[in-house]
Amino acid sequence: MSATLTRRGFLKASAVAGGGLVLGFVVPGANRFAAALDATPAATAFVPNAYLRVAADDTITVLLAHSEMGQGIWTALPMLIAEELDADWKRIRVEHAPAADAYKHTGFGMQMTGGSTSTSSEFERYRQAGAAARAMLVQAAAAKFGVEPSAVRTENGFAIAGDRRARYGELANEAGKLQAPDPKTLALKDPKDWKLIGKPTKRLDTPEKIDGTAQFGMDVKFDGLLTALVLRAPVFGATVKSFDATRAKAVPGVRHVVQVPSGVAVVADHFWAAKLGRDALEVAWDRGPNAQLDSTRLRDEFRALADTDGAVANTAGDAKAALGKAAKTLEAVYHVPYLAHAPMEPLNCTVKIAADRCDVWTGTQFQTMDQGVAAQITGLKPEQVFIHTMFLGGGFGRRATPTSDFVAEAVHVAKAAGAPVKTVWTREDDVRGGYYRPMYVQVAKIGIDATGKPVAWHHVLVGQSIMAGTMMEAMMVKDGVDETSVEGVHNSPYIGDVPDRHVALHSPKTGIPVLWWRSVGHSYNGFVMESLVDELAALAGKDPVEYRRGLLANHPRHLGVLDLVAEKSKWGSPLPKGRARGVAVHSSFDSYVAQVAEVSIEGGKVRVHRVTCAVDCGIAVNPNQIEAQIQSGIAFGLGAALHSELSFKGGEVQQSNFHDYRVLRLNEMPVVDVHIVKSAEKPTGVGEPGTPPIAPAVANAVSALTGKRVRELPIRLA
Amino acid sequence: MKLTVNGSVHEIDAPSDIPLLWALRDLLGLTGTKFGCGVAQCGACTVHVDGHPLRSCVTPASAVEGKDITTIEGLGAKRAHAVQRAWAELDVVQCGYCQSGQIMAAAALLAVTPAPTDADIDAAMSGNLCRCGTYPRIRAAVHRAAELAKGEQA
Repeated sequence: MSATLTRRGFLKASAVAGGGLVLGFVVPGANRFAAALDATPAATAFVPNAYLRVAADDTITVLLAHSEMGQGIWTALPMLIAEELDADWKRIRVEHAPAADAYKHTGFGMQMTGGSTSTSSEFERYRQAGAAARAMLVQAAAAKFGVEPSAVRTENGFAIAGDRRARYGELANEAGKLQAPDPKTLALKDPKDWKLIGKPTKRLDTPEKIDGTAQFGMDVKFDGLLTALVLRAPVFGATVKSFDATRAKAVPGVRHVVQVPSGVAVVADHFWAAKLGRDALEVAWDRGPNAQLDSTRLRDEFRALADTDGAVANTAGDAKAALGKAAKTLEAVYHVPYLAHAPMEPLNCTVKIAADRCDVWTGTQFQTMDQGVAAQITGLKPEQVFIHTMFLGGGFGRRATPTSDFVAEAVHVAKAAGAPVKTVWTREDDVRGGYYRPMYVQVAKIGIDATGKPVAWHHVLVGQSIMAGTMMEAMMVKDGVDETSVEGVHNSPYIGDVPDRHVALHSPKTGIPVLWWRSVGHSYNGFVMESLVDELAALAGKDPVEYRRGLLANHPRHLGVLDLVAEKSKWGSPLPKGRARGVAVHSSFDSYVAQVAEVSIEGGKVRVHRVTCAVDCGIAVNPNQIEAQIQSGIAFGLGAALHSELSFKGGEVQQSNFHDYRVLRLNEMPVVDVHIVKSAEKPTGVGEPGTPPIAPAVANAVSALTGKRVRELPIRLA
Repeated sequence: MKLTVNGSVHEIDAPSDIPLLWALRDLLGLTGTKFGCGVAQCGACTVHVDGHPLRSCVTPASAVEGKDITTIEGLGAKRAHAVQRAWAELDVVQCGYCQSGQIMAAAALLAVTPAPTDADIDAAMSGNLCRCGTYPRIRAAVHRAAELAKGEQA
């Protein structure tokens, strides 16, 4: 396997993929602004594959197939390459890759960032990319030194044979003339020889994120770029009947007022002019079929549906009959609301359309989709659409829409305005813009035997399907069951061992756009399952940790994190008066996380003092960022558990900004101790698995304090 | 309108009600100061005006004419500020979008309270949201910055 390596603007380079050779295009330097589009950096001497470049000055540039949105992939993927390359870590530079085949997800087949897979899905490919480059540098060094390649060793950016040494930069030109090796011939390092993997490593994007120079989508600027704000429908599905732009156009700085499928865009010289113009715009709406949408009524409808059988997700025996024979039974109704992602950077997208190309600058988790959608709208070919991935000011799933909603809209605006435009969402636009974590109602009826063991489990979930109506539907919805709706319930270790069980799902359609929100179905199913198990422990008269140990006896990795968190939290030891602990253990994204929350109630409010967390995510590639991500997942989930809720009345979203769509603030953040299980298993998810256990851990502690079960989020004490 | 930003005077031509945030970002090209909410609820737009922290998204530019405005670009222009050094040492950032505002808020806190307690940090920094939840490292880094700044004076 090989490919011709050239140094021209568009480089066709061999990509060492997990499953074989992938041809890809590299457009070096393409992630910044227009001027940098078509030139290979002059000093680049060696492009062994699509994932890295070696320059004559020893700089090694890693091209990221995944988007940096806070999770630290800007550091983790370079670690994988540098490990196998024996690179000098200080010479590593990083860029987001352009949209191209070489960067498609090794599991999902499209270029994207999600599912807590950025490290795990690249663990082979990026190490192989580094190993391939190393092999070529070694071969070049061998020729230079006049020795066999086997006599050359590598260390910290040097190839060495006896007393001869050559910097990688010195070898780059010669290495660039060689054929890339067959990845199958490359032996990756034995884990015992790792120097970087497993070592807490500082982020490479810190310097630019502490001095204001980091470039987010919001920061894109070039001559002639205009800014647009779109007045969108007040109700999902509403359409423009007519609009009057007279007053909007009278605002100084407003250049265009154009209708697009999502509403009416005011395009101006800068944000403030666009904002004043939009405030002055008059639009008459046909409010459409969702004008009476009301989330309280919707909740009642969901509750009624839960009393009927749905699509079957897991069934065995006869759960209803077994309930009648159980020693004790529990019936519980759980509820979680719609939630917005509310990343700190409101959505935005910059588009420049020319006759033969379209450039898109944005923070996105879904490059391939964005490229296709922009091509469709502009009438260009996908390869004529250039996606320049900027730093994401948070993603949490919102920047991965199957419709590419914010990119599509920005392309429509630029096309209609006939000018390069940055479409900016305000916070109110973001909170009211849809694509929410779906609301769910769940009804569980569970029977236990005399020893406390569950012997009958009947569970009905009611909530919208994320996958329905998307291109992923065929893959993700089986027999009416969207896997993401039931994940963590239908495959729960607690339910799997129950002889008489029945898990069913209703996926009503409401007109409200829904989407994956950090940890997707686990975000609510973790809460429901770990609360239910706590209820069962109480019903059985057992300690919550002991009870779980019994049920998880055949699930060693669940048990591993549970035991570790019990030990580290000193579970069972005395606490100050007025405090209680709650525990939860949940597996998601192939990782296992257990948390113990220490909680009190102060002035009628829940106060979380400390969270002890144990995580088993296989090989811990960068423990520094695993700690950060677990803390992050806890903060995200805790804000939702304590505060966040989106509701609808008269078709409209009732919240608008951070004063009424509340998220966690610094003074509410507990101390979080993260303990990572030592493991030789393959790396698994880290970005999301920290979120599901926090709501139930806190809710279980609150229940222990008040004697009253928490069956709804956000937690309300009254 | 004349604005004095990071020691330089800039003449801008804009509506008098333009918030300082958009004057900085769209007219002066200083994009380190971020837009997060537009209603002083998140702190991403925090700058210093005559040394005091201020939410630039709700401050008309005309209200700060003639005053000394410092943005993240100017904070450590000569040498990284103790807060920035602490932030780097403790690897605080994640997505990074809120961090300009966090750093400006922390620097303003330390200017008046050189050795802040946790309660001081809560009071000064709870208006600065971070959806990545970097709060534990922010708290630790504020304490660390206080130590670094103290070392400089000694």
